[in-house]
Amino acid sequence: MNKDTQECSKEINEVEIFVSKSLRFGVLVSGAVILLGLVLFLSSGEGGYPGDSYPTRLRDIFAGAFDMKPFGIILAGLVLLICTPIMRVGISALVFLKEKDWLYVGISAVVFLILVSGFFFGK
Amino acid sequence: MTIVAIKILLVSISAGVLGSILGLGGGIVVTPALTLLFGVDIQHAIGASLISVIATSSGAAVAYIKDGITNIRVGMFLEIATTVGAITGALIAGLISPNLLYIIFGLLLLYSALAMLKKTKEELPEEVPLHNVAKTLKLQGEYYDKALKKNVSYNVDNVYSGFGVMYGAGIISGLLGIGSGSFKVMAMDVFMKLPLKVSSATSNFMMGVTGAASAGIYLYRGDISPIISAPVAIGVLIGATIGAKIMQRMKSKTIRKLFIPVLMYVAIQMMAQGLGVKL
Repeated sequence: MNKDTQECSKEINEVEIFVSKSLRFGVLVSGAVILLGLVLFLSSGEGGYPGDSYPTRLRDIFAGAFDMKPFGIILAGLVLLICTPIMRVGISALVFLKEKDWLYVGISAVVFLILVSGFFFGK
Repeated sequence: MTIVAIKILLVSISAGVLGSILGLGGGIVVTPALTLLFGVDIQHAIGASLISVIATSSGAAVAYIKDGITNIRVGMFLEIATTVGAITGALIAGLISPNLLYIIFGLLLLYSALAMLKKTKEELPEEVPLHNVAKTLKLQGEYYDKALKKNVSYNVDNVYSGFGVMYGAGIISGLLGIGSGSFKVMAMDVFMKLPLKVSSATSNFMMGVTGAASAGIYLYRGDISPIISAPVAIGVLIGATIGAKIMQRMKSKTIRKLFIPVLMYVAIQMMAQGLGVKL
């Protein structure tokens, strides 16, 4: 293994550890929140909203979660789950930045920008 | 209600196991299971399947990245193609009839299933040249194969065609709201000639981002139902964690034998949809 490859794999190790840890954090937190909401819903039989309805706006979802409404909690957990991959892209960009790998800082930043712009195109 | 939730949870665990081993989102299990077994309408089934894609991706990636199977550089680079593709797909969705696209992409999948058939005896790709662009982007890599009990280093070829197919995969995701893992694995395995385990793990890794790109729209539309999506999310997270451990101990040949029929099924289903035939 030459010096270039060694440095390259040391850097990628660092990135791997950070990205893996951040994903595990996202998965554990969102999984726990969803489970809490599901258990509350199954034990009470009530979603916390009239009929079978549930909130679809971020603000209403988090407001419901803070009021301990089961559907609000489940949806807040699902939102956290959806955010995990996006957060992962941002974290990769930061780790590549720390490693001064400018090419991949650029690539991660481009992906992040496309993702964010996607939310605007979608509306 | 509790019994139904437990049943959905169990189905989702198996979807997570299969999805994480093959690098697919688990949507191919979740969508039909929810509609056929539990009578969920297609709109909410697709919403739950999108949750399953994201859960498989993050759940499996924890183990795959830690064990060094995922090629993060390949994933990040190709995500440019899939995310731009996903936006393209979402934009053209209302403008054109997707029938022709279904047929084209169905044929492409069928072609790759046939290309994969030729590789059934091959455990690892052999004598792959390192493409110039791959060298600049430092895409080549190495992983420890737990089934072969050795380090495998590999090169990356045909970066342009791989990138092109990934763009197509993105369009499919944007049009249908799926992770389109079959296209991602195909781009890396058939075109870029990566080892199958790396292709599957990297496809898994990328899928969460593709899914997250459109999840906001589905959430806003009310397609993500908490009652259905909660057991799906938890089940798939558990399944994907288990699957990511099993896959590493499997031979690539075995994974490929599982993959080819799934690929053919998706290809035929897609072409049938394009031709307006109900299966």
